[in-house]
Amino acid sequence: MARYVVRQLMLSLAVMVAVSIVGFVLLRASGDLALRIAGPEALADDVERIRVAYGLDKSLILQYLDWAWRVLHGDLGRSLFFPEEVSTLIAQRLPITLGLGALGLGAAILIGLPLGTLSALWPNGILDRAVLAVAVLGQAMPPFWLGLLLIIFFGLTLNILPVSGAESWRHLVLPTLVLAIATMPTILRLTRSGMIDALRADYIRTAKAKGLNPFTVVVKHALRNALIPIVAIAAVQMGALVGGSVVLETVFGIQGLGYLSWESINRADFPVVQANVLVLGVIYCILTFVSDLLHAFLDPRLREQ
Amino acid sequence: MSDTGPVLSVRDLTVSLPHRMGRVHAVREISFDVGRGETVCIVGESGCGKSMSAMAILNLLPRGAVRNAARLSFLGEDLLSAKEKRLREIRGDRIGVIFQEPLTALNPSLTIGEQLMEVYRRHRPSRQGQARERAVEMLGQVGIPSPEERMTQYPHHLSGGLRQRAVIAMALMCEPAMIIADEPTTALDVTIQAQILRLLIDLKNRFGLSLLLITHDLAVASRVADRIVVMYGGQVVEDATTQAFFNRPMHPYARGLLGCLPSLDPETKGKPLQVIPGTVPSLIGDLTGCTFRERCTQAGPECDEGIIPLRSLDGHRVRCVRAFGEALSR
Repeated sequence: MARYVVRQLMLSLAVMVAVSIVGFVLLRASGDLALRIAGPEALADDVERIRVAYGLDKSLILQYLDWAWRVLHGDLGRSLFFPEEVSTLIAQRLPITLGLGALGLGAAILIGLPLGTLSALWPNGILDRAVLAVAVLGQAMPPFWLGLLLIIFFGLTLNILPVSGAESWRHLVLPTLVLAIATMPTILRLTRSGMIDALRADYIRTAKAKGLNPFTVVVKHALRNALIPIVAIAAVQMGALVGGSVVLETVFGIQGLGYLSWESINRADFPVVQANVLVLGVIYCILTFVSDLLHAFLDPRLREQ
Repeated sequence: MSDTGPVLSVRDLTVSLPHRMGRVHAVREISFDVGRGETVCIVGESGCGKSMSAMAILNLLPRGAVRNAARLSFLGEDLLSAKEKRLREIRGDRIGVIFQEPLTALNPSLTIGEQLMEVYRRHRPSRQGQARERAVEMLGQVGIPSPEERMTQYPHHLSGGLRQRAVIAMALMCEPAMIIADEPTTALDVTIQAQILRLLIDLKNRFGLSLLLITHDLAVASRVADRIVVMYGGQVVEDATTQAFFNRPMHPYARGLLGCLPSLDPETKGKPLQVIPGTVPSLIGDLTGCTFRERCTQAGPECDEGIIPLRSLDGHRVRCVRAFGEALSR
């Protein structure tokens, strides 16, 4: 187990370094940053001054090492627009995005897991078909469009929920719903196929032959085994939710990390964009690592490798 | 509950399953008894309905299966009309089941200890605290070395033979009156097979169990059975005490099976193994005549008609039109 943890940890670190390099290079490949900061009407001298001031005249490798060195010391740089440091900005925005992602994923699991299990108990039954139809619908709808529909219906037509911002729990209902509907189909399908396989297994027949009640057979014996791949996917889905927050937070006007990224890209606030890419990458790696740990915890065969 | 009657009594048990070509009659009106402390072997080749018969007793049949019987009683209690709740009380408590594949019959993500203890906790709720002690004891009883350590191990830590011992220990946790063992040695190495068989016989004698053993292997049956029930095409074709069966097998199929046994006898050395030509009959639709007639070397026109009845003489039952005529004419 210890070796497994160490190996996964090393792997995660390698991925984080790779993400930081790719993010850094891509941002600089997107155009002349000095020119963008200075604006189209700036004088050539001013552009050059800005280039020197932000260190953009140095070689790419030096710039990266310089940036990485400061990041390792906890310094993510300064925003070109906000008075705060980038780290302060992220500390303010990240909890909103993570919280929303967790809410959405939680709701998706809460709906997807029981529905998937019920579908698997009577495959191809009426419930199963209805549930699958809903899942296909949820998967096919683009979240931004679904978000707009919900805003129109609940916010404008019924006028019972606020459509923008994140000041109270009522503001979070619609975005959570969108995230849940987008994520639930994956969880549901995985649960269903995993449970159908598990329920066919010989150990389920054994469990029944032991006289255990149906709930114990389904939950303790089948779901426990079916859950292993679901846990792995759920953690990765959380990463996708955080990454997808750019669109959702823009639609609902929520001041999270996604919205911050969107604003900063428009303003060429490159220290913020760069830091956001890094933070998202790190979150993804942490979630994958956690998923590996959970996987190992649930599957005793993996635990010993 | 009667003390004299058989532990398990089955009369005219039928099981049918849905199929796109019509209903499959996996088991057709089979009858047999298992007496107290007795070992009964149901013998037959794959697809003859022997496992279905065993699973039908506890109503552990696949979805869509329909079972029917004139009688299905266990210790005097009618299992046919018993509610699912009552059946759950009997499963694992009064009747223990051992399955063929010890690798897949155990849950890969639960410890051996948990899988043993949960049966006990389920059926002996008032003695929950003793579940652990009991599990360790039973693991010892089935000859698993260092049982304490095994409690916290998972199935994949154990070899095939040890896993099957653990499955047997699990079936014995609640001191059942009967064990149903469905091909318990088939998936094991030959040397391990012998050990597991010896263990089963030993445990049966020690705990005074009745044993219903399902096997395709007459050699296995010959070593443990008090009574042998031969099934073919969903029917019982022969039912006799082991001694009577091996002294004078009467059904042509049973004789064919005996001829197929490999032997170390020097007389037969070098001769090819015998086989029964043909394949098992389709179980779809109604039956006319003898199920075995197409593969039988002695079949005549009388084998084509009606339903061949089980004929009985001195407790030896045979489903063949020639059975006792032949025996009596000798």
